[in-house]
Amino acid sequence: MTAATDVLAPSTLRRGASRTGAKIALDMAFSVVLFVGTIVGVIALATLIWTILDNGWARLIADPAVFLTSYVSRFPARAGIKAALVGSAYLMVLTALFCFPIGVGAAVYLEEFAPRNRVTNFVEANVANLAGVPSVVYGLLGLGIFVRFLQMGPSLLAGALTLAVMSLPVIIVAAREAIRAVPQSIRLGAYALGATKWQTVRRQVLPAAMPGTLTGTILALSRAIGETAPLLVIGLPIVIFSIPNDLRDPVSALPLLIFDWTSRPQPAFAEAAAAASVVLLALLLAMNAVAIFLRNRYTIRW
Amino acid sequence: MPEGRTHVKEDEERHETRIADALKARPVEDRAAVAAETVFRLDDVHVYYSRFLALRGVTLDVGKNEITAFIGPSGCGKSTLIRCLNRMNDLIPGARVEGKVEYHDQDLYGDGVDPVEVRRRIGMVFQKPNPFPKSIYENVAFGPRVIGMKPSSMDDLVEQSLRAAAVWDEVKDKLKQNALALSGGQQQRLCIARAIAVSPDVILMDEPCSALDPVSTARIEDLMDELKREYTIVIVTHNMQQAARVSDRTAFFTAEAAEGTGDRTGLLVEYDRTDAIFTHPSDKRTEDYITGRFG
Amino acid sequence: MVATPPDLSITRRKARTGERLIVNALFACAVLSIAVTVGIIAVLLVDTVEFFRESSIVKFLTGTVWAPGQGAGVDGLYGVWPLINGTLMIGVGAILVGLPLGVLTAIYLSEYASSRVRGVLKPTLEILAGIPTVVVGFFALQFITPSLLRPIFGTDRVFIFNAAAGSIAVGLMILPIIASISEDAMRAVPSSLREAAFGLGSTRRQVSLRVVVPAALSGISASVILGFSRAVGETMAVTIAAGNSPKMTLNFFESIQTLTASIAQTVNGEVAAGTVRYNALFALGMTLFLMTLAMNLISARIVRRYRQVYA
Repeated sequence: MTAATDVLAPSTLRRGASRTGAKIALDMAFSVVLFVGTIVGVIALATLIWTILDNGWARLIADPAVFLTSYVSRFPARAGIKAALVGSAYLMVLTALFCFPIGVGAAVYLEEFAPRNRVTNFVEANVANLAGVPSVVYGLLGLGIFVRFLQMGPSLLAGALTLAVMSLPVIIVAAREAIRAVPQSIRLGAYALGATKWQTVRRQVLPAAMPGTLTGTILALSRAIGETAPLLVIGLPIVIFSIPNDLRDPVSALPLLIFDWTSRPQPAFAEAAAAASVVLLALLLAMNAVAIFLRNRYTIRW
Repeated sequence: MPEGRTHVKEDEERHETRIADALKARPVEDRAAVAAETVFRLDDVHVYYSRFLALRGVTLDVGKNEITAFIGPSGCGKSTLIRCLNRMNDLIPGARVEGKVEYHDQDLYGDGVDPVEVRRRIGMVFQKPNPFPKSIYENVAFGPRVIGMKPSSMDDLVEQSLRAAAVWDEVKDKLKQNALALSGGQQQRLCIARAIAVSPDVILMDEPCSALDPVSTARIEDLMDELKREYTIVIVTHNMQQAARVSDRTAFFTAEAAEGTGDRTGLLVEYDRTDAIFTHPSDKRTEDYITGRFG
Repeated sequence: MVATPPDLSITRRKARTGERLIVNALFACAVLSIAVTVGIIAVLLVDTVEFFRESSIVKFLTGTVWAPGQGAGVDGLYGVWPLINGTLMIGVGAILVGLPLGVLTAIYLSEYASSRVRGVLKPTLEILAGIPTVVVGFFALQFITPSLLRPIFGTDRVFIFNAAAGSIAVGLMILPIIASISEDAMRAVPSSLREAAFGLGSTRRQVSLRVVVPAALSGISASVILGFSRAVGETMAVTIAAGNSPKMTLNFFESIQTLTASIAQTVNGEVAAGTVRYNALFALGMTLFLMTLAMNLISARIVRRYRQVYA
């Protein structure tokens, strides 16, 4: 009788009955658009990896030992990544040594000990801003302070300090999140037994937060290893025929080498750059796998 | 009499029977206990959280080797008060205690008092069991280690504590296992063992059984009876029968709305020996609560 | 008054200085982060001032030619606008690529995808985010320009080094940021809002576009600004793919130079310390720092202001 009963009549409750043809078409079109939009990113990644492998795999496979253990050369066929690879490894270890303790220390202080006042807020805001500073600017910082003012020259020490300063905000954020994830009930239980704040932090909170902190640190380091700009700006060499023995020695790095080879016109160098990229990506993959393994195996499920 | 009222009266009678049974179930000697040495003496204690008055005018004392129960409906400051006794309220920003809290004739909030030393002597067991994410052994050993106890044998100390908490038999073969793998009741007894390991003087229990099943609850109540030989116990509980079963003295709290705001401030209504509170309370509010008319 | 037995005394006995030292050390670690900021500002400021002592600041801010080492006398021409032009082209171009793709991906992940699909897609995005910029630059030079742009738009139109390739490369790099932050914002929208719309007969498309996206708009905006900031600060991909020619142009198929690339390419070519060219680096760095700082602050402001809404 009325429009209402029409609407409620069984026949109009059929699925899609109120959806006009136009509406359905729009819904489907939207779904397609969404899918395409999402898949483009995936395809781009796949294409990228394919491009690298296509260009570099042959070069890498042809003589991996030579590639990995030779120094650079004018002749692309003879060029190797030894100095760069070893340099990157040294840089990574040294960077970790600098930024892990300081980053975790800062995180512990901000989460557990800092009073809620203007100074603390300022420090926190500062850390957040530092995380967004472009890597070239960190390079300029390294150049101005470590290389020139402190006269370290373009050395392993200067490079590691620059990368460490760049990674610091990231580690602080990761460590803070891990510490925050520890439930308050654990701290209360420790205090109630007569433990001091530091005893509680050192013996209960930090150990419980360690898996998450380590995961975040490894991820931060893997980003640092892929960075070229800061090392370029502080003047680390690309052509170098030795491995550093001393903190003051110059050192090269894998991304620097890739940049150099990419910039050369000869196609053979493009292949070499791609091969070096394969090595770099493999290194990153290994680090990320370790980080994910740590997270899955050791994270406490409260 | 109208239908409804008959039912109410029957409920009340059933309720009173339960309380009476609980009282009768207590060991005989407790019922005739003499006034013991005083461990805590509270005089006109007020607790503020910033501007909000959470609890006012509490005056009571806690006797040595007794179980004192704080009962009352939710939100009337029982947990707040118990946290004052070991200065755990210090950890809440804005918390402020006024009035006198004396522990063995020392001002708990006086100058020069170290909250860490306070908590060494006045332990706490929480509502939700909170074992550390470590082995059972490490859980018990943590306390002695951090306070600098150097027992001749840590293994013995751990065993004694676990025995005293009536959980040794269940865990003796798996001391290295993670404590989070235990059942709720076992975890809570582990927490009690953990508290005992530092040889406290007092054990505070904030609704220790409310997250547990009845069987675990019963075991912990039995445990409390043994523990009071060595320790003084203060317990907050929602469960009146539990208070009637285990405690020597009971304090009943309620909350009143402050004028103007909607905030409710807790206050102590009545404090007496447990059998007195439950059989002939002096205040009507107490009577209403224990006969189940409200709360 | 009975003397309190010693083991019941609650006054402080040990000084616990060790603990105080440790807390001070931790405080020092936290304050070090301030030292870093001070260091950055100091380094940039000192040499920027030095630069403006030798080269006019007015010309810097208004000039449209950047040609170090050429022009009148020893100095070159140091007008910063070509570089800002290049930087903004890359930034806008990257957003044109990253924003639609990122938001679409976010909508898909948040509103449409099953947890299995999410379990595959999210790691994929993280991998994309983790590719080093040199490698993406290589990809841009070796694939995007020769196999994508040139075939489509013509080899004579598209330079070997061009802004479009740089934009696409950087766009791919900021896609994961935009996608992940937008997705978080969308997932934070309470499901009660969605349910209300569904209950009124809306389709998933309508719910996504008319309820979720508007509600998550602040998070999405923040992610865009953050992405733009990243794009502005990006160095290697644009250095490799977008070229070395500072100029005022809007043609994406030409080669350009960004602020970051200018710094990178200058240091690559051995600059003597103390010269004008050297100091120019820091003036550029200062410009870059101020730009990204402003954008990060704005983005943080937006997040803070709208976090209250669904607290």
